[in-house]
Amino acid sequence: MKKNKINRRDSLKVIGLASLTAGSTLIPGCNPPEQKQGQGHEHQHGNVTADSNGFKNLNDADLKLLEERFFSDHEYKTIQVLSDIIIPADDKSGSATEANVPEFIEFMMKDQPQHQTNMRGGISWIDYQCKKRFSKNFIESSQEQQIEILDEIAYPEQAKPEMIQGVNWFNSLRDFVATGFFTSQIGIKDLKYIGNAANVWQGSPQKVLDKLGVKYDDSIDYA
Amino acid sequence: MQTNDKTYDVCIVGSGAGGGMAAKVLTEAGADVVMLEAGPFFDSAEGDMFKWPYNSPRRGAPTHRPFGEFDAAFGGWELGGEPYTTKDNTSFAWFRSRMLGGRTNHWGRISLRFGPKDFKRKSIDGLGDDWPISYEDIKPYYDKVDKLVGVFGTNLDPALGLDNEPDGIFLPPPKPRAYELLIQKACAGMDIPVVPSRMSILTRPLNGRPACHYCSQCNRGCSTYSNFSSPPVLVNPALETGKLNLILNAMAREVTTNDEGLATGVSYVSKEDGQDYHVKAKVVILAASACSSARILLNSKSSRFPNGLANSSDLVGKYLMDSTGADMAGIIPKMMDSIPYNEDGIGGMHLYIPWWLDNSKLSFPRGYHVEFGGGRRMPGYGFLGGIHNYNGKFSHRDGSERKHGGGGYGKQLKEDYRMFYGSLVGFAGRGEPIAFKDNYCEIDPNVVDKWGIPVLKFHYKWSDHEILQAKHMQDTFEEIIYRMGGFPLGPKPGKDQNYGLHTPGEIIHEVGTTRMGKTAKDSVTNQYCQTHDVKNLFVNDGGTFTSMADKNPTWTILALSMRASEYIIDQKKQMNI
Repeated sequence: MKKNKINRRDSLKVIGLASLTAGSTLIPGCNPPEQKQGQGHEHQHGNVTADSNGFKNLNDADLKLLEERFFSDHEYKTIQVLSDIIIPADDKSGSATEANVPEFIEFMMKDQPQHQTNMRGGISWIDYQCKKRFSKNFIESSQEQQIEILDEIAYPEQAKPEMIQGVNWFNSLRDFVATGFFTSQIGIKDLKYIGNAANVWQGSPQKVLDKLGVKYDDSIDYA
Repeated sequence: MQTNDKTYDVCIVGSGAGGGMAAKVLTEAGADVVMLEAGPFFDSAEGDMFKWPYNSPRRGAPTHRPFGEFDAAFGGWELGGEPYTTKDNTSFAWFRSRMLGGRTNHWGRISLRFGPKDFKRKSIDGLGDDWPISYEDIKPYYDKVDKLVGVFGTNLDPALGLDNEPDGIFLPPPKPRAYELLIQKACAGMDIPVVPSRMSILTRPLNGRPACHYCSQCNRGCSTYSNFSSPPVLVNPALETGKLNLILNAMAREVTTNDEGLATGVSYVSKEDGQDYHVKAKVVILAASACSSARILLNSKSSRFPNGLANSSDLVGKYLMDSTGADMAGIIPKMMDSIPYNEDGIGGMHLYIPWWLDNSKLSFPRGYHVEFGGGRRMPGYGFLGGIHNYNGKFSHRDGSERKHGGGGYGKQLKEDYRMFYGSLVGFAGRGEPIAFKDNYCEIDPNVVDKWGIPVLKFHYKWSDHEILQAKHMQDTFEEIIYRMGGFPLGPKPGKDQNYGLHTPGEIIHEVGTTRMGKTAKDSVTNQYCQTHDVKNLFVNDGGTFTSMADKNPTWTILALSMRASEYIIDQKKQMNI
């Protein structure tokens, strides 16, 4: 068990149960013990309106976190390279770095410092593996070399026991990159999420009903 | 200590469902009311509705709020400077929202009346106690709450045999989402009824509030007041009478009493200036949440009441209950590669499963209802987290074999996220626990909060009644998921994990700590929420529940508070208090 992942409860919230609670156990895997979250501070918003990043009404504490730097230049560059390996551009949408994923991960290291050791340690772990094999750190290694090492940690079921630390770190990095990418404007558009707007709900379209093989009960007087 | 010379007719502690309702009923009847709220002002029109995750650098992460950055609750299970303790290696997680309207700002809006059997459980199975009232006593108040607050739903076909799910005065329900019909279809094969949910979200304009705009973000606080929370629906009308003095950031210490043993007011510390104040009132209503109200009573010690106020029964804090909860999620291949459309709907489920079985034929005495969610929701923090645990069970999107199992990276992984988006469903059972005297909160003699107020110590243990119920939830959810053609995510929790039963308190339905009953010996309040010992002292929150039900408590808190408030008006007229 590790303490340094996006946890089950985070993953569950996006399923949208009305009364989600602490410690939900819906999402599987080697998940961390739930941390008591929320210090109950009021988190009042400041007066800054949307900026070029799309941020809206950030308070002073968040603006300060945005100013601070956790990753070294080398670490940050490594996160950039790995983010784009995990979610590259394709014919449908851009890459993780285009969606500001490294900025998001950098921010989360300061916002939730419990992730720092795992993420910094993971970068150091993969650099050391590369140095042992290729006498270079990860980002200096060739693409083939990078893929060679990643293939040994990206598939948990096939990974060798001696690679387990790398597997765990990469699992959490994959989750961070996915959240960062798919909560960005680029990612939300990629998923064709349509919503977050005032509208009138009139039920699911016929083609959606047909896909699932269901139909409406005409005897109920719906809104 | 600064004392205001004015003596109010009523002092209400707390501004949530119970306190808000009391303020509305009493001010509209002409009473001069002062309300103490431990948190700051909040207006949901100024909340975070319609924010996108990318409007924040943390993308909605729950760093400061347990239900996510944009959730309405200023609160959580842990509050800085406001500790609580537990004893004998038991656990209780105590959620508090410090804000105008309290937990009504972020709650699930699931608005279920208790049914006739829910008031008579001891007569049915011999466990716990019957309430001193019947469904018929509270029905007129449920009716009035339906009309005042608004709730959608349907009266059920009697042929379903669900005679403990009362009719209501319902607005029409929203059409189900397609995947909810798929759940319904799977459940039909198990003889499980899946019916329109009952939620306090307006599907038609009501009492000056517009209908829902279907953004699915009720928990952020509604920008148009189309769902129920206490401030717009109850507190604002009370303020508009000109009879309510709302004091924010006021943390109650104790109820003060006189030589005759009557309540004289409430002393509180202001979080704004750190000073102590006292307000005088002819009637005191505690509606601070079940455990907070018990805490205030237990801290209101005097030579006349050495055991705390209204506690001659020694039952203040006892019989603490929280709903049981267990959850399971599944991935449904039929829902993969979902067709894009706006599936937001209301902020929660459009259908639900009321308790459908006969406990006399089961290994556990009380029931549960089932909530569910899923589909194409707004992507958020935690998006498809842990995908390496399940993507290996499927071939690639182009049909090719997955040679290395789950996990991965690159273009194929990106396709996986697209393929799985919208294909998850989650089920949550919320059930009835048994009221036990040995589940309780008491004052910790050694610990105070940052204002020097002695804090609560909890003792709470689940019994086999709740644990076996959780097992039934897990078995049921698993079968529904299989019948939908899917498979559950993650290992099924076994006996060693109490079958996934949540820690008490995590469902945030704390009730029972000042229970109502017929005599001063076996209860704290009478059927009108009036304490047996102090006739001008009332408890209008969930504390008065004699037993829980397989339903959420808010609608019953609203109805009981309305009933108690009308009783106060009546008793005042008769000069009894």
